[in-house]
Amino acid sequence: MTYQLDFTSLGAYWPQFLAGALTTLQFTLYATALGLVIGIVGAIARGSHVGWLRLVAGIYVEVVRNTPFLIQIFFLFFGLASLGLRMPIFVAAVLAMVINVGAYSTEIVRAGIESVHPSQIEAAESLGLSRFQIYRDIILKPALERVYPSLTSQFTLMMLMSSVTSQVSAEELTGAANNIQSVTFRSMETYLIVGLLYLLLTLLLKAGFWGLGQVLFPRRRRLGTVL
Amino acid sequence: MSVAVKLEDVHKSFGAVEVLKGVSFEVAPGEVVAIIGRSGSGKSTALRCINRLEKVQSGVIEVCERQVNDAKLDLRALRQDVGIVFQSYNLFPHLTIAENIMLAPRRVKHITRAAGRALALEKLAQVGLEEKIDAYPEQLSGGQQQRVAIARSLAMSPRVMLFDEVTSALDPHLTGEVLRVMETLAKGGMTMIVVTHEMGFARRAADRVIYMHMGTVWESGSADILTNPQTPELQDFLANEL
Repeated sequence: MTYQLDFTSLGAYWPQFLAGALTTLQFTLYATALGLVIGIVGAIARGSHVGWLRLVAGIYVEVVRNTPFLIQIFFLFFGLASLGLRMPIFVAAVLAMVINVGAYSTEIVRAGIESVHPSQIEAAESLGLSRFQIYRDIILKPALERVYPSLTSQFTLMMLMSSVTSQVSAEELTGAANNIQSVTFRSMETYLIVGLLYLLLTLLLKAGFWGLGQVLFPRRRRLGTVL
Repeated sequence: MSVAVKLEDVHKSFGAVEVLKGVSFEVAPGEVVAIIGRSGSGKSTALRCINRLEKVQSGVIEVCERQVNDAKLDLRALRQDVGIVFQSYNLFPHLTIAENIMLAPRRVKHITRAAGRALALEKLAQVGLEEKIDAYPEQLSGGQQQRVAIARSLAMSPRVMLFDEVTSALDPHLTGEVLRVMETLAKGGMTMIVVTHEMGFARRAADRVIYMHMGTVWESGSADILTNPQTPELQDFLANEL
């Protein structure tokens, strides 16, 4: 078997590769920011005293975590369209990612919240802090510090899973690659490049999360220990 | 204010188990009261009822002219008047010592960050730990953490301080450094209710000693009751304690 790698014909497609990578990054940043918000709200709802809130959050988490991501996108993009609800590909793709990563984040943040010992809350109550202040300062902050590595790896995984959105013709990195290889017939080379670009994006994302962690969690920065 | 804390016929049950069976005592402003007794005698529960970490079934609890058992009680106001220090310190692990101390003054009394830091430094000086202001709790020994916990409570300028077996998790050396801080506080006129197994502290610092047994105040009086107990139960307790 002799196969001669030939990248020359792909040179002209750099702008498409780059645009795809940027779109993937854009999808990921939206999904991370909104997914984190949903994760926090969802985790609070799952631990709520209000029964129906707990139920709604529980159903959301279980449905999303127990169905394939591809089916979730198809449902949002094709399923809802047959009901007359059409949305742009970009919106459908990001929405699917947010819904998906939000459910996983909910469970991760909930684990963090449950790791806060009740005596911490008692101490905060005894100092006269309000319920909201206790939630923000004494529960959520250490909870997020504790689960930060799990959260960021979930977001990184989400970036890799965003390649699935190419199935509804999203022009992200995988979508761009599909187009390029169908024109150039250089599948091997195209997917090698795309693989490398994903690797680079992952490293970039990891570096970003690391830097953000250094800013957000001074304790971890100074002591280097886990909370 | 003639009475800082008053309990009158307080009953408290956890499920079917009645832990407090009609507890009554009063603490005058500036008084230091030590509550002693076996594990399970209800002394910690009685203490926790005073700032309503526990709700009682019946009886009257009055703290700084507030009815603690009243449904209309302003709980946050009560807790600004009453400081409590726990056996397990309960410092906030993600915050520095300074942040631990200034969190409540900043959030509740809305002081500036600079004022908060100055306050933290002042309270840390009181417990002899100024140099730890920027450390994190995990970098401190148990005794140091407990002294920070005392400083954190003091930063809210409470009128009454509660101590719930604050030296029970410490070795004798660290116990000594915490007790010295508490004795200084007592000499300074702070109203203190101290649940403790440290008979030496009770003898040295307490104006009054309350011996709790089976959910009631079994015997109380000056620290003399520790050397001259009137009831056989207290005699028995002291014999085992020393």
